[in-house]
Amino acid sequence: MNNPTRFLFILLLVFASTVNAQSDDTLKLKPSYFEVNDYVEDNEACLKCHGESKFVIEDPNTGRSTHELMYSERAIDRDAFYTSVHKSFACTDCHSYDFNTFPHSVETRVEEQLVCMDCHGYDETFAKYHFEDIEKEFEESIHNIPEFTCWKCHDPHSYKAFMRNADDLDEAILYDNNMCLRCHANFDRFSLLTDRKEIKVVESHDWLPNQAAHFARVRCIECHTEINDSILIAHKILPKSQAVQHCTECHSQDSRLMHTLYKFQSEEARKGGFANGIIINNAYVIGANQNVWLNRLSLLVFAMTLLVIAFHAYLRIRKQKKS
Amino acid sequence: MANTRIYLYPLWIRLWHVINALMFLLLILTGISLHYASVDSSIIPFNLSVGIHNVCAIILVINYGIYVIGNIVTNNGMYYSKWRKNLWPKLWKQFQFYAFGIFKGEPHPFPVTKKQKFNPLQKVSYVLAMYLGMPLLIISGIAMMFPEKISNTVFKISSLVFYDTLHLVIGFVLSVFLLIHLYTCTLGDKPGTLFKSMINGYHEEHE
Repeated sequence: MNNPTRFLFILLLVFASTVNAQSDDTLKLKPSYFEVNDYVEDNEACLKCHGESKFVIEDPNTGRSTHELMYSERAIDRDAFYTSVHKSFACTDCHSYDFNTFPHSVETRVEEQLVCMDCHGYDETFAKYHFEDIEKEFEESIHNIPEFTCWKCHDPHSYKAFMRNADDLDEAILYDNNMCLRCHANFDRFSLLTDRKEIKVVESHDWLPNQAAHFARVRCIECHTEINDSILIAHKILPKSQAVQHCTECHSQDSRLMHTLYKFQSEEARKGGFANGIIINNAYVIGANQNVWLNRLSLLVFAMTLLVIAFHAYLRIRKQKKS
Repeated sequence: MANTRIYLYPLWIRLWHVINALMFLLLILTGISLHYASVDSSIIPFNLSVGIHNVCAIILVINYGIYVIGNIVTNNGMYYSKWRKNLWPKLWKQFQFYAFGIFKGEPHPFPVTKKQKFNPLQKVSYVLAMYLGMPLLIISGIAMMFPEKISNTVFKISSLVFYDTLHLVIGFVLSVFLLIHLYTCTLGDKPGTLFKSMINGYHEEHE
């Protein structure tokens, strides 16, 4: 029994004999999972419960069994996991082997979780993502409170680097904003971390014209973070009092959107004389998307009109003086 | 002494006109402020401009509805009818008067009468401004006021780009029209005569 593999095998047998999530015929392991992950079958030891909406507990002694709903916070969507940034992982890459024992012990359940920096920090492989700067920003952020970890926003079982690879910016914005709304639109989750009063997102943004358009076309962090040009996505969430409230910070030629939402698109895919032309691929921002040529033409026409009027008036005055 | 004094501008027209003028001026001012918005040097604060622009636009649309209905139910509509008849010769004649005749003291080629309030140039420009420019301005304005209600693309381009550009261009053209309109209103007997007409309702001409 000193051999850990043997020990693990026995544990798995015990585990398998007591817990059945569902029958094999409904278990759908898609071929695409195997293309990205070498541990799909191993992971099923966890996902046969955590990948389902319900599971069955059986008492091997009495033969009695009961169906239980899987607590949504502990449920893993296989499709989401096998398309996430961690799609190639085995569950036990991050979680203790002790989770192979069921029921999981309290000691196992409160194990210290890994955070992004444990794997991504101070590693040349990930240097281009500036995780160290992100950590520094987080530490200065209002989110730096006890029990707030990277996972509160970035679910490691489904996280996708959406913004970096966004083909559809609207979809990426929705994905990003849902990260915030997961807590800020769900007071139960919100109150897990703070004793603050409930934030009513729609009401607290009453002052914002065209609220629906803003929520659909920009991310929360456009206004609620400090611009940092050295990292891809700013992580220093500011207190409400320091959030952007001056419309012209976005609605002007020097729009902050070019330093936030649109900083990923290094080349302006479409310009056509419009200032900050890249925005036009996704939206239109009054003040930020002035058409330079139309501006010039309008000034020229306006000046010509004034000149003609002034000349006509001069001739009239001269004629009046003569007569 | 006034040789001719015709009651041409009934009260509803004068009220419509003054509301239209005030709203248009406010819309131009706030529109320019929004278009050239800047972090530290906007003419009017952005959110205030949005508020004023929206309120004025709603008043302008209602006022425009009154104008259209008024032109249908009163005889004011007749001043805009048959505007294409002999259009180019009439326009040329009027243009020649403004360009040359006016400096030689020639009489107006199309004097104002009870049946002919506008000269051909006025008639064409008013018809185009009120029955083409205004509807386009209003439609594009409504589209921008409710951006979430419109389709994503129009003529294969972003609908917001389309409607905003249309709004800007028509708004600008009508602003130039306003400038010319204001100047031509000084071409009465005295520079203030025609402005006075829009206050008391009477068109006056002196020998």
